[in-house]
Amino acid sequence: MWKRLRDWIDQRFETGLLIDFLKKKKVPHGKGWFWYYFGGVALFLFVVQVISGILLLFYYKASADSAYESIRFIMSQVKFGWLVRSVHSWAGNLMVLAVFIHMFSVFFLRAYRKPREMTWISGVILLLLVMGFGFSGYLLPWNELSYFATKVGTDIIGVIPIVGKAMMTLLRGSEEVTGATLPRFYGIHVAMLPLIFTLVLTTHLIFIQVQGMSEPRGWETVPEEKKVHIPFFPNFVLRDLLLWLIVFNILAVLAVLFPWELGQKADLFSSAPAGIKPEWYFLFMFQALKYIPGTVLFIDGELLGILAFLIGGLFWLLIPFLDTTDDGTARARGIKLGGTFILLFIVVMTVLGFVV
Amino acid sequence: MAYPIVRYLIPPPIPEANISSIRVGSVGDFSPETGIIFQFGRIPGILIRLENGQFKAFSATCTHLSCIVQYRGDLNQIWCACHNGRFDLTGRNVAGPPPRPLEEYDVKLEGEEVWVTKRA
Ligand code: FES
Repeated sequence: MWKRLRDWIDQRFETGLLIDFLKKKKVPHGKGWFWYYFGGVALFLFVVQVISGILLLFYYKASADSAYESIRFIMSQVKFGWLVRSVHSWAGNLMVLAVFIHMFSVFFLRAYRKPREMTWISGVILLLLVMGFGFSGYLLPWNELSYFATKVGTDIIGVIPIVGKAMMTLLRGSEEVTGATLPRFYGIHVAMLPLIFTLVLTTHLIFIQVQGMSEPRGWETVPEEKKVHIPFFPNFVLRDLLLWLIVFNILAVLAVLFPWELGQKADLFSSAPAGIKPEWYFLFMFQALKYIPGTVLFIDGELLGILAFLIGGLFWLLIPFLDTTDDGTARARGIKLGGTFILLFIVVMTVLGFVV
Repeated sequence: MAYPIVRYLIPPPIPEANISSIRVGSVGDFSPETGIIFQFGRIPGILIRLENGQFKAFSATCTHLSCIVQYRGDLNQIWCACHNGRFDLTGRNVAGPPPRPLEEYDVKLEGEEVWVTKRA
């Protein structure tokens, strides 16, 4: 029976080609192999997000009067509703973490170099999209924290000269963060970003398939027979699956033991609560902005901070085009130092954001 | 093709309720050294009753990144929780990142009623 089914499919869509491809595909197995798996982890968590997100859509109501209540309903009335929501929130956070780890490991393995420049660029775009998911999704429960986080976050966009104000109004759906903002963020979160994300992700994955995974640094001088590869299928895939299973378990434990809280409903006319903080992946920017005085040499401190972040981001995006020399040159070391500095900056600011 | 889409996305203006004066409550509602947030049309304002029983009112939107400020009796200052910005009781930005003072409103007492008016 299986054979007949396979033959049926085979006659229509030459599956043999795919199987041949999978059989031949190999993954380099050298120094740093462990880091090769984080892209896959991020992909897995994305799938979890799509599924849990669709489930939440069945009960969620995107309006200022009912958003908070609908989530409270999901959490208190719907069977396993608390679990679905908790999984969605936790998986989102873990996904951001996996993407960050993936990106920095690609950076330190220097896997972005020719011919993989476009893979890197599409990856950086994916990171921005993931942060966009986090930012837009954060507002949807319409609670106090998310309301003020969105106010501050969108206000920052308004600081950008010339286009900032218009962009801010476009995003907020009014001059302030109001009930008009919620449906916009909802549309962005559940329709616009998923569409763009899927397109960019597909491109990213096609690039990787076409070029194969990058070989560890230093393999250029290693003779062909000394290079160790493992077959993509089944070895790499099985390892991937095992890791996914582990991640899934971690996710389940977190979601069950630390169910995501709902907080207080947003009140547009109450003071910002003490201890207000954005999600941890925005914390480094938040914290850094705190240290910049209101005005520096007649320039708005905020604007200065944002310009610094934009320049840092641009440097990060263009790394493959800046880092074109061999290992060990002054330029290569400079780039590595720059990246290490960025990583340290993010880590230190994030930690400070938590403790002070 | 882009034009209609962009125009569609720009929200139509909502007619501004042009309120320049509003009754916030009566004197007895506010004990000394407390502050409350009130609604000035679509804008939040803060009304503070000082130790000596006098009233002060400001726009409650922080001049830094628009969080809503609060009165802190322990500091005797107006405080913004978002980035630890502080204003004194004349609305001047005295610490933290806020770049400008808070806009001050006039407070008038009509009998027992507390009225807040925007300055022209
Ligand atoms: S928004 Fe008030 S200090 Fe930043």
